[in-house]
Amino acid sequence: MKLLIVGCGRVGSAIASRMAADGHDVSVIDDDPEALARLPEDWPGRFIQGHALDLDVLIDGGIEDADACVVATDGDNTNIVIAQVAQKRFHCPCVVTRILDPARAAFYSSLGLQTVCATSAAIETTTQAICATPGRTG
Amino acid sequence: MYILIAGGGKVGSNLASTLLKMGHEVTLLDNDRSRYAALEARFEHVARYGDATELFVLERAGVERADLVVAVTGDDEDNIIVCQVSKEKYGVEKCIARVNDPRNQPHFDMVGINLTVSATATILALIEHELPAHELVTLLDLRRENLEIVEFAIDSGSPAAGRMVRDLNLPGGSRLISVSREGRAEIAIGETELRPGDLVMAILEPGAEEDLKRVLMPAAV
Repeated sequence: MKLLIVGCGRVGSAIASRMAADGHDVSVIDDDPEALARLPEDWPGRFIQGHALDLDVLIDGGIEDADACVVATDGDNTNIVIAQVAQKRFHCPCVVTRILDPARAAFYSSLGLQTVCATSAAIETTTQAICATPGRTG
Repeated sequence: MYILIAGGGKVGSNLASTLLKMGHEVTLLDNDRSRYAALEARFEHVARYGDATELFVLERAGVERADLVVAVTGDDEDNIIVCQVSKEKYGVEKCIARVNDPRNQPHFDMVGINLTVSATATILALIEHELPAHELVTLLDLRRENLEIVEFAIDSGSPAAGRMVRDLNLPGGSRLISVSREGRAEIAIGETELRPGDLVMAILEPGAEEDLKRVLMPAAV
């Protein structure tokens, strides 16, 4: 499978490493050249330094024939725009976007983006953990 | 009208003060603390602190009853999100966005933000207008009408030089508007003869550019 990952932070680099270890063809885009350090030393895939809103950078990263694209930069709005470009302009069959703000994640998911909201997950898990304890009186 | 402005820099604050003078109701949003303090001192309750790409900030600013949303922050992604959310989630009919980097224009177009303003693109168009035109120069892009007005120069190698407008095999979806010669312009009619040095204005549907070039410009070497 050909995979493009935009944003090589904690999330992007971990997904990239795992997918490459599973034998997938992975390219990573990040505008910070230092971000390459987050990938394994024997990184087998490509690393493209650039801003993924730049169409040439996305094309260089292989968006035109990627089977899937993960968008996980540190900016929600940047992610939303890049994800829509990948989906609407390049017709990438699977675009998964990280959005930290639950409200924007819900709205854009209603517009047809596949969104992952770590904040909602944290809220859910934390609330469940609290509710699951009997407390001092129990 | 109720107008919501996202971004209180030079553009946003000057817009706000002009619109207020015109008697409109305005809210000016900015999420930079120090800038907000200055805006609040100048505009009082009209200025609000907050990130206009946050849905709750837009809601508290009354986006649902806004007649117009203007996104003029220095960040193109933010401007895209403000307009897209205002239109598609809150049903705002008219949104105007500032394009900071002209390379981002296709992204605005893609999500259906058809009223955009780009200082760079405007200045470039003005410069092109002043330079001898060897290409079609877009003077006005009427996106909503799906038409554009272009200008081009007829030079001596043009297949149209020395011919009357009615004898040109103009492509469908295009019309010549005017011909200017020695500083004077006249409406192009069938009998108008095109001469080298003329500046011609045409209106056309997007997509007809290449066919129009073939009729009016020398074949590319």
